[in-house]
Amino acid sequence: MSKDLIERLHALTPSRVRLDPAGGAAPLAAVLDFQACHAAARAAIHGQVDWDSIAAALDGSSFRVASRATARADYLRRPDLGRMLDPSAIVPKVQCDVALVVADGLSATAIAHHAPAMCNLLMSALKGMTIGPIALVEGGRVAIADEIGDRMGARLTIMLIGERPGLSVSDSLGAYLTFAPRAGTPDSLRNCVSNIHDKGGLDHAAAAHKIAWLVRQAMHRSLTGTALKDDSHLLG
Amino acid sequence: MPVYHATVGGERFRFDGLAALLAAATAERSGDQLAGIAAGSAPQRVAARYALADLPLRSFLTEVVVPYETDEVTRLIIDTHDAAAFAPVAAMTVGGLRDWLLARTTTPEMLHAVARGLTPEMVAAVSKLMRNQDLIRVARKCEVVTRFRNTLGLRGHLSTRLQPNHPADDLRGIAVAVLDGLLRGAGDAVIGINPASDSVENCLAMMQALDGLRERFDMPAQSCVLTHVTTTLEIIRRGGPVDLVFQSIAGTEGANRGFGIDLALLAEAEAAALSLNRGTVGQDVMYFETGQGAALSAGAHHGVDQQTLETRAYGVARAFRPLLVNTVVGFIGPEYLYDGKQIIRAGLEDHFCGKLLGLPMGVDVCYTNHVEADQDDMDTLMTVLGTAGVNFVITVPGSDDVMLSYQSLAFEDIDYLRAVTGAGPAPEFQAWLQRMDLAGEGALPDMAEMTRRLGIVA
Repeated sequence: MSKDLIERLHALTPSRVRLDPAGGAAPLAAVLDFQACHAAARAAIHGQVDWDSIAAALDGSSFRVASRATARADYLRRPDLGRMLDPSAIVPKVQCDVALVVADGLSATAIAHHAPAMCNLLMSALKGMTIGPIALVEGGRVAIADEIGDRMGARLTIMLIGERPGLSVSDSLGAYLTFAPRAGTPDSLRNCVSNIHDKGGLDHAAAAHKIAWLVRQAMHRSLTGTALKDDSHLLG
Repeated sequence: MPVYHATVGGERFRFDGLAALLAAATAERSGDQLAGIAAGSAPQRVAARYALADLPLRSFLTEVVVPYETDEVTRLIIDTHDAAAFAPVAAMTVGGLRDWLLARTTTPEMLHAVARGLTPEMVAAVSKLMRNQDLIRVARKCEVVTRFRNTLGLRGHLSTRLQPNHPADDLRGIAVAVLDGLLRGAGDAVIGINPASDSVENCLAMMQALDGLRERFDMPAQSCVLTHVTTTLEIIRRGGPVDLVFQSIAGTEGANRGFGIDLALLAEAEAAALSLNRGTVGQDVMYFETGQGAALSAGAHHGVDQQTLETRAYGVARAFRPLLVNTVVGFIGPEYLYDGKQIIRAGLEDHFCGKLLGLPMGVDVCYTNHVEADQDDMDTLMTVLGTAGVNFVITVPGSDDVMLSYQSLAFEDIDYLRAVTGAGPAPEFQAWLQRMDLAGEGALPDMAEMTRRLGIVA
């Protein structure tokens, strides 16, 4: 068996493949590496987003709001509160095609690494559409964008949110598109582009291309969700 | 609405309605607390169990937890209830059913015969009176066998789904993960990919790749791309090689609507898959995933506890011909199952309830990074499920699913489970592993040759 072959196979996937025909129990090095990654992911979940830095890195204006679950312990046990805006939240009524919403979700590092770049790419990819000031949400879940988009007067929302950290990737960003956002919109009426990160996932340019394609389709057909299939790759 | 009472420790507790009684009798879990329906104290929980134990099983045929008029899952459960199968237990209470299930004289054949006479709510109710060992003991008696290109669920066999997910759906990356799993003998239940992108073209390409691989290796197994049922239907229309139709399902009409499905759509998809006639030893063509908390997550729980609703999802599953059903027990998050203790209990409940209702029940022994659980908890859960006779478990490279970002079992865990339970893979698959030098006996497989046949140009 060629060691070189095994190395080349390993390079084809970020998975923890072992590729050892002899098998046996997992090697101790792998067991301890797993534990180290788990410890790091646990730490990442409890991190804080530096919203001032995010706002400074955006090409457009932004405003900050919070959900009703800003303490992490509440956020983890009470998703209902993470879907609701704090009563004191002020959302500008702007009437726009697209509301861009950024929420910490379960990964503060995903927001730090990817949110500003994705927002800026999307703003240029969606030229011709009106985009409201970017909502920056602390303690937010996906559905909180419905209330924000509705109050802004947006036809569609793009929610960029930190995905739950895995072992290998703790900074993955997800994008959720919702046409005609209203509180109570079921998840089947959203489209999702997940795994936006630079460790074998979708890179920023590819993700922005995909999202912009979906947005244009959604605007054209006045819908998002399972009735809208992602065929963006067919159009180059 | 019926009212139930019981006294524990000198205190009298009252429960308004069957749903409230079932919820209060449930072992502690965060999802029921989130819904505001959990027992408020340990004595209240035990009181609910006393009251539940005295409840006649017949009462479940007239007292429903989700309205018949507005929920098609309730209508399915009531309208398809088999009175003849119910007859042997029709005079029992829930407590009496518990004793009967545990009795040595109650044979696997008797459990099989009664399955269509039990409603999901009866099964959920009795599970709430059972300790973990009871759930293991009775589930172990149930044998549920299904077939497509191999035979799954035979006593003494434990199968695996090989889950080779890749964050960008890269076909070569997926093939490397498939190779890694085959080296450990995984994949007899299904080689099943969760796609990162649900596009028809993308899912079709992955399906064709898996099917080509199966044909080149002449492998007695089935493949599946776990996309939405509407996408699979479109792939069937385009002539794609669909072995199994996958869909996530839940226990209320509203929660299923949240998944973008109803019973008619599932029936349409099943008929489409059956029309392809791709199975060789059987035509069980459906693959369902479930998980406690799905209905609450969709805002469609009707004040019913998540374990009862999970069992109603099994009522949906058994209206079809599933080859595989599994609960993704630790996936849904800490707001539903908070820690390792709750996940272990829920995994045993789900397996027991599914098996007793006659389903080919598997479990994704798993957890996410935001729950209070770790590998030791998963070792415990897989071991107790192995003892309980679980049909299959899910396995990924190194326990790390790099697409869905959660931890399932590792390919190595199969070695462990087979060593401690003595259970082997599906018989057809076992013979194939031996032919391929993949059975861990004697000669080692030739990696270069395997790589070539997998079509990986490394």
